[in-house]
Amino acid sequence: MDILQQLSENLQKGDTGKVAALTQAAIEQKLETQAILDRGLIAGMTVVGEKFKAHEIFLPDVLLAARAMHAGMELLKPLMIREGIPTVGKVVIGTVQGDLHDIGKNLVGIMLKGAGFDVIDLGKDVPPERFVDAAEKEKAAIIGLSALLTTTMPVMKDVVDLARERGIREKIKIIVGGAPLSKDYADQIGADAYCFDGVNAVDCVKRFTGSS
Amino acid sequence: MADGAMGTMLFKRGLKPGDCPEKMNLEHPEALEEIAYLYLNAGADIIQTNTFGGSPLKLSQYALEDKTEAINIAGVRAARRAIDASAYLSASCGPSGRLLKPYGDTEPDVVRQGFERQLRAISGEGVELICIETMTDLAEAVLAVQAAKAVAPHIPVAATMTFDETPRGFFTVMGTTVEKAAEGLAAAGADVIGSNCGNGIENMIKIAAEFKQHTSKPLLIQSNAGLPQMQGDTLQYPESPEFTADRCRALLELGVSIIGGCCGTTPAHTAAIRRVVDEFNRTRSD
Repeated sequence: MDILQQLSENLQKGDTGKVAALTQAAIEQKLETQAILDRGLIAGMTVVGEKFKAHEIFLPDVLLAARAMHAGMELLKPLMIREGIPTVGKVVIGTVQGDLHDIGKNLVGIMLKGAGFDVIDLGKDVPPERFVDAAEKEKAAIIGLSALLTTTMPVMKDVVDLARERGIREKIKIIVGGAPLSKDYADQIGADAYCFDGVNAVDCVKRFTGSS
Repeated sequence: MADGAMGTMLFKRGLKPGDCPEKMNLEHPEALEEIAYLYLNAGADIIQTNTFGGSPLKLSQYALEDKTEAINIAGVRAARRAIDASAYLSASCGPSGRLLKPYGDTEPDVVRQGFERQLRAISGEGVELICIETMTDLAEAVLAVQAAKAVAPHIPVAATMTFDETPRGFFTVMGTTVEKAAEGLAAAGADVIGSNCGNGIENMIKIAAEFKQHTSKPLLIQSNAGLPQMQGDTLQYPESPEFTADRCRALLELGVSIIGGCCGTTPAHTAAIRRVVDEFNRTRSD
């Protein structure tokens, strides 16, 4: 089995140590950065995403794989910057104002980092201005909003409205997720997508940034 | 017969979004007394305390971990004042809000010690049942059961997990099957096992049937009233008291020992289920 296949398989197993070691070895063997990324890390993560969607594996497996992917990406990033390989995009995420539930948001953050995105995590209880300010300052492509409470869901609409007022609504996609949400609600408040779980959120972000 | 939802009742009594629901125990114990009283009058035999998020790890999200003992003790006392000896008091114990290593960042020992601290405070006040609920990670549920048995070996423990339906069957978010849950919870020492929350009563009937295949332990089922839907600006739970109560017959026929409600259920649900339970018990004793 070639080293990139081994990389992909160990990533699927969520073995952070081996993924880091194999990525390092691939770099030392002077394999192309793009190939290490595509045929090693991304190939492995794609299998993980497919198995998760088929309910063959579950959240813990995806989290371990995403952590392993992140370890590999950290080693590749300096090379990608030097070679001018674009990173896939910047995403601002956070749990909306009034809501302190951040497990789901943190999972999405880990998975997005695992997929190679730059993640700016604003934390929990985040007011609408901070989302829009951060998206402007960081030139993010996406804002991801999380809420667990039915009572804090309406804050998501405030973020969408504020982005429109500031004139950045056309430049940015706003995605929403959390236990009480639905596609209907996302449509109702003018968000671009409802993501039903972390893997789906990564798929959405990939679709909107044209990196899928 | 156990009671119904707490959270939705608290929001109607002044709990603000983003506030810690268990802080109500200190600030508005009269609201907790009222809720317990409403469920008692609706016909519940088991009343739950407002201590679901009372583990110090969970309270630390609100910087309230120093008040762990005070919050849990106040929660038990408020419910006890309302029911006195006319119903059983069950102490609710929900997830820590942390993910365990290796897939998360929290040491299992820290989670276990957190549950022990919460349940030590509760057992000092005296409850008839400890109800570990809404668990999705079997490892965490097992730690909670072990913590309960370590600090309060004389109090029976119920442990219930939350399952989603997939094309491959029922799994928790963390991938635990009903069979694994039944084995694991019983092995950890739980006296009563089962499921709560979820996605409506009809799934619960299927989950209860699956539990029955894998355990001889008494079953506890507390379904929510379906997934909430937006209707205009307000949020509605789709399953009415009559709909829920009607489906509870199937749970009784399966041999479920304790039936209660979760998110979106109300004292009206409790009263409707009570009628079905009484009717079932009458026909069986005839």
